[in-house]
Amino acid sequence: MVRVDERGKSGSLIEVRGLDKTYRRGNEEIDVLQGLNLDVDKGDFVAFMGPSGSGKTTLLNLLGGLDVPTRGSVTVAGDEITHMSRGKLTEWRARHVGFIFQMYNLIPVLTAFQNVELPLLLTKLSKAERRKHVETALEIVGVADRMNHFPRQLSGGQEQRVAVARAIIADPTFLLCDEPTGDLDRKSADEVMSLIRRLVEEYGKTVLMVTHDPLVARQAKITLHLEKGVLVEAGERREGVAAGGSS
Amino acid sequence: MKFGRLILANLFRKKVRLLLTIGSFAVALFLFAFLGVVNDAFLRGADVVSADRLVVTNRTSIINTLPLSYRDQILGVPGVTSATFDLWFGGTYQDPKNFFPQFVIDPENQRKVFPELAVPDDEWNAFLKDRQGVVVGAATLKRFGWKLGDRVPIATTLYGLQGKTFEFNIDGVYHGKDPKDDETQFWIQWEYFEQSIPERIKDQIGWYTLRVARPGDAPRVAKAIDTLFMNSPNETRTQTESAFAANWVGQFGNIKFLIVTIGTVVFFTLLLVTGNTMAISVRERTPELAVLKAIGFSDRAVLGFILAESLAIASAGCVGLVLAMGALPALSGAMAGMLPPLLIGPQTIAYGVLAALAVGVASALLPGIGAMRLRVVDALRRV
Repeated sequence: MVRVDERGKSGSLIEVRGLDKTYRRGNEEIDVLQGLNLDVDKGDFVAFMGPSGSGKTTLLNLLGGLDVPTRGSVTVAGDEITHMSRGKLTEWRARHVGFIFQMYNLIPVLTAFQNVELPLLLTKLSKAERRKHVETALEIVGVADRMNHFPRQLSGGQEQRVAVARAIIADPTFLLCDEPTGDLDRKSADEVMSLIRRLVEEYGKTVLMVTHDPLVARQAKITLHLEKGVLVEAGERREGVAAGGSS
Repeated sequence: MKFGRLILANLFRKKVRLLLTIGSFAVALFLFAFLGVVNDAFLRGADVVSADRLVVTNRTSIINTLPLSYRDQILGVPGVTSATFDLWFGGTYQDPKNFFPQFVIDPENQRKVFPELAVPDDEWNAFLKDRQGVVVGAATLKRFGWKLGDRVPIATTLYGLQGKTFEFNIDGVYHGKDPKDDETQFWIQWEYFEQSIPERIKDQIGWYTLRVARPGDAPRVAKAIDTLFMNSPNETRTQTESAFAANWVGQFGNIKFLIVTIGTVVFFTLLLVTGNTMAISVRERTPELAVLKAIGFSDRAVLGFILAESLAIASAGCVGLVLAMGALPALSGAMAGMLPPLLIGPQTIAYGVLAALAVGVASALLPGIGAMRLRVVDALRRV
């Protein structure tokens, strides 16, 4: 169940309360998020939509511990992250968040295998254990046969699959996807989206995704719109969302 | 070293740039090693001096001579155990460019005062019996391809001899007991020289070298000798061998200052070059660094990667020291005997490596700290 008011049950995987984010541009203050509330349970697949500049990516950054809010709190699996130090946040991200970016953001000088292995370098796993995990992840995303290829030798869709494998390799608490299909053609976009859906449906992953594309958003269980700094349910509500007190 | 592959991959990202940067280090270290060995060669005299040896020169200047008659008076000073003398011959072999130090020596006392320059007894005895005989340092013998028994012509324009050529027989070869000992000298019999020069400059020598019974006697003996010849036409200046060597080097100017200045400029330039390279290298992969941070690599880890890359480049640049070692024989040859054998000591190598690593760290520090402070959200916007 996803709620966007402040009456979500305690114990949600992700609890956002009264989140404000204000940017300062010169003398001007821009309120991007204003008292935003959100509750997401384990296994939810949420799509955030909204016009450019509405704060979708800002929200994702706040949920992922990449940025700090002006006010409010973000609690993930019981950890209140908004007051964590930079170092603690980094450790927290390594354990709890898998990132999937629009531009894939693979390291160009590393092979697909090495890119996927990166998060595991922060663990105590042995080399053999890392290899096993990476091979499994690459199998899941369907690019095991490309593990020794460099990003420049892969198609956009394959690159994004490798990025997905990198995001899931450390078995994070949830995945944050920022326009995961924004740089892909329709066929590749569909393949990547069905992969993400598989992660939710077969592996029980929790996914929060920002997208401009209604077709992509439709793949999610819930679509939320970001308007004037707060989340509102999409006109086309599909299932399991409660807002403004309705459920 | 699970991060080694990531560091190596980043290092080899731009191979030409990597090679050029390593090349900068190698050239700088090559130059550093060369400057180091030249400095060492200049100062070698002070290193190999004996604590119980004193040198007596003319108080006015080393180019002014002293009477031979002083020798007996010097030997009469309490504490002096032996004394010998030398005179600069100033000759060349076949070509004025073939310069090397030739000394007219006192055969009777040479080996007593300089026991570290060893000559086999049979060769020394042959030298004593041969008025035209010479003993040659092993390095000079090798340089000109001479061998025992060769007859070599040496011309000198000093002492009013106007280019007169002397013929000498190589009767002996001396070797230093320490690798730092000077093996370039050419020892000429005093008697042969004395009989060949004009009457007006006979019985004059360049300087005396003497040994004292105990190093602790040196200040008293030096003072006694200078007092002995005070107010004479040829006042003396007696100093320890190390002070004499330092004064000798001082004639060429402040070599150490010059070398340190050149070395500093070279390394500062290297710092600017590598600092710029590291800054460009870090800036062009800002988004990648942001991704590393996003997925859990700490600020310190990112700084560590950049420092490791820079240190790897600096370490590879130490090949310049190896090249310098390989090039030393050629460099020694190019010096044409102007300096003692050029040697790279462990100290020079250690300083070179340390300087390279220091430049490596310093050049990576600013870009590294910048990367460390990088905010992931800002960096990802640049993608």
